[in-house]
Amino acid sequence: MALMQIAEPGQSVLPHKRKLAVGIDLGTTNSLVATVRSGEPVVLVDHNQESLLPSVVRYFDKDACLVGREALASQDIDPYNTILSVKRYMGRELADIEALGIQNDRLSDAVGMVRIRTDYGEVSPVEVSAEILRALRLRAEVSLGGPLAGAVITVPAYFDEAQRLATRDAAKLAGIPVIRLLNEPTAAAVAYGLDVSAEGLYAIFDLGGGTFDISLLRLQRGVFEVLATSGDSTLGGDDFDRIIVNEWVRCNEFLGLSVHEQRTLLKAARSVKESLSQSAKAEIQVKIGNCVIDLGLDITTFESLSKPLLGRMQAPLKRVMRDAGLDWNDISGVVMVGGATRMPQVQHMAAEFFRSNPLTNLDPDKVVALGAAMQANNLVGNEPSEDWLLLDVIPLSLGLETMGGLTEKIVPRNSTLPVSRAQDFTTFRDGQSAISLHIVQGERELVSDCRSLARFELRGIPAMVAGAARIRVTFEVDTDGLLNVSAYELNTGVSATVSVKPSYGLTDEEISALLESSQLHAAEDKLLRSRREAEVEAIRLKEAVEQAMNKSNELLVPGEEKAIQNALCLLDSALKSEDAFGIREKIDLVNQATYSFASRRMDAGIRFALKGHCISEMENKL
Amino acid sequence: MAILLTETAARHVNRHIERRGKGIGLRIGVRTSGCSGMAYTLEFADHANVDDAIFETHGVKILVDPKSLVYLDGTELDYTREGLNEGFKFNNPNVKDQCGCGESFNI
Repeated sequence: MALMQIAEPGQSVLPHKRKLAVGIDLGTTNSLVATVRSGEPVVLVDHNQESLLPSVVRYFDKDACLVGREALASQDIDPYNTILSVKRYMGRELADIEALGIQNDRLSDAVGMVRIRTDYGEVSPVEVSAEILRALRLRAEVSLGGPLAGAVITVPAYFDEAQRLATRDAAKLAGIPVIRLLNEPTAAAVAYGLDVSAEGLYAIFDLGGGTFDISLLRLQRGVFEVLATSGDSTLGGDDFDRIIVNEWVRCNEFLGLSVHEQRTLLKAARSVKESLSQSAKAEIQVKIGNCVIDLGLDITTFESLSKPLLGRMQAPLKRVMRDAGLDWNDISGVVMVGGATRMPQVQHMAAEFFRSNPLTNLDPDKVVALGAAMQANNLVGNEPSEDWLLLDVIPLSLGLETMGGLTEKIVPRNSTLPVSRAQDFTTFRDGQSAISLHIVQGERELVSDCRSLARFELRGIPAMVAGAARIRVTFEVDTDGLLNVSAYELNTGVSATVSVKPSYGLTDEEISALLESSQLHAAEDKLLRSRREAEVEAIRLKEAVEQAMNKSNELLVPGEEKAIQNALCLLDSALKSEDAFGIREKIDLVNQATYSFASRRMDAGIRFALKGHCISEMENKL
Repeated sequence: MAILLTETAARHVNRHIERRGKGIGLRIGVRTSGCSGMAYTLEFADHANVDDAIFETHGVKILVDPKSLVYLDGTELDYTREGLNEGFKFNNPNVKDQCGCGESFNI
C-alpha cells in the first residue's frame, strides 16, 4: 500500500488528493530538491543517498545527456560537451557575461541570451538548466510516488526579470509546475522560521562554491523585503581549496604539475578543508608522479592563509550595510548559507562583523531548499494556516501621469502581490474624446524623474463637458509581477488595456538609486507638485472664464468685464513668476471677480432649460 | 483489542512530535472515501476525546475513535522505505482487498 505521512489534526487528505510539493534550489555548483514530510522539511536523496546534484550537464548527442555526478566526473575527458555553472548564463547576453569577467570561448551571442556550443549543436542555458531540473523532478516523483502539484524554485535576490523568466522557462521545459520563484535569502530565512518570529532585520550570508552573496532582509507583517544585496561573483569555497594547494606547492616545491595532478591536489585540499571544520589538524596522502606524499595543514596556518580571502568579503559587507543605511546594531540575526560557511574562520568573521553569533544549526548546503519546500507545501494548500503568509512585494510604486507631468501613484511601493487597485479619472477639456495613459514606476512626484513603462490611449469617449466623463483605471499585478492596466469609461463602456512587466530590466542598483533620490528630493518634490497642481487649476479656470465671457457677453454688467480681465492678467503673471501660494491667491481673486457673473449665468441657464415647460412635466421627470 | 506500532515507526513519530513542539500522540482512523471504500487517516493528536481508545507502544500513544477501532483492531503501524520513498504503512488484518494504489481498502 501507499506510504503515508502524518497530517495536522483534522487535515487528513483523501487518497489521491494529497498534493506533492517540492522546493528546488537551482544552484551554480549544486542543486537540491526538498519536500515536507509529516510536517518536517527534508531534502530528497538519490539512490546513492546523495542529496547534492552537481549542476553539470554532459551532452552525448543532440538530445542525449547526463546530469550530475557522472557529468562532473567527465569534465576532464569531455570538456567541450560538459557544461558547468550554467546559472551564470541564464537570461544574459554575451556583453553582460563579459562584464562579469567571465571568459568562455564556447559562448555565442544571441538576442536576449547567449547560446553554448557543443559538438552536437548549440544549446540555450534554459535547455541546460531544464536538464538539471528534470533530473530533480524525476528524483522527487520517484521519492514521493506521484506527479508534482507544485514547486517553488529559488533564485538569487539580484536576479532581474530576464533571469527570472529564463528560470521559469527552464522549469516549464522540464515539466515542473512552478508556483513561485522565491529569493534565496528569503528561503533561508524561512527555513530558520524567521518569518513566524518577531519583525526585524536579518543578514543572509551566503558563501557557495564559487559565489559570495550578502543580503539584508526586512521582515514586516509576514512580508520579507530585500533591502539591499551585494557580493562577489568570483569568490567562493573553491578559492579556499586553491590557497591550500598553493601552500602545498610552495612548501613541497612541486614543479610542472600535470592537469591531472593539480586536480588530485585540489581534491585533497577540499577534503583537508572539510576536516579542518571539525578538527584542529588534518592530514592526507596523495600520489604525485610516482611517489606517495603526506600532506597536512593545521587550522592556525589555514586561518592565516585565508586572511586575504576573508578580507575580500569586507567590501561587499560594508557596501550592503551602507546601501541599506544600517549599522550592526539594527541587525536582529545572521543566517549562514552555503557549504563554505562551515569553515570556522568564516563564521568568526561574520560574527565579528555583525557583532552577533550567526545561525548555523541547519545544514548550510540545504537551508535554501528546505525553506523553498516549506513555502511550496504551504502554497499548494497542504498547510492552510493564517500565520503562514509569505508574500512578494512590488519594489517601486506604480502610477499614472496626470495633467502637469505629475505622477499619481495607484499601487504603492511594497504592496504585496497579487494586487489590484482602481482609481477614477476624468477629462480635462470640454468635448475631449480621447485620454492618453502613461504608466510610470518610481517614487518621485514628477513623471520625468520616474521610469516610463508603457503608454496607451482610450479613444471614443463621447463629447462631454470637462469633468463629466468617468474613467476607471485599474492596475492589476499578478504574483509573477506582470502588470495589466485597463481603462474603462463608465458612461459608455469604452475600454482599453495594456500589459507590462513592471520591473523588466530594472536592476537592484537602479531600484535603490530611484528610492534614494525620492527620499533626497522629497521636500523639493512636494513644492513642485503643489506648484504644478496650482498651475493646472489656474489654466483650467482661465479657459472656463474666457469661454463664458465669449458665450454670455450680454450678462456682464458695466465695469465687470474690466475687473475680470484685470484678475486674469494678475493670474497670468503669477503663473509666470510666482510659487503655488501666489498662484492660489490670484485664483481666489478671479473667483471673486467672476462670482456674480457666474451666478447670473447659472440663473440664465436654468431659466432657459425650464422655458416652455409646465410644473407637472417637471414632476413627471423627477 | 489492540493497535501496535513497530519500534522504527515509534522512533519517527517521537521525532516528528518533538519537532512539532506539541502533541500527545498519534491519532489514526478510517473514513469512507477513495476508490475502494475506506481510507486511513494519520494525524498528530493534540488532545484525547472521551470515547477514544488509547494504546501505548514504545512510548507512543495511539488514539483511535471507537467507530474506527472496529476496522483497525489488530493493525500494526510500521515505517518503511520503498526505493526512494519512505513513510508509514498500515498492516491491517481486517482488510479483504485494496484498490490498486493501496490508498483505500475494503473489509
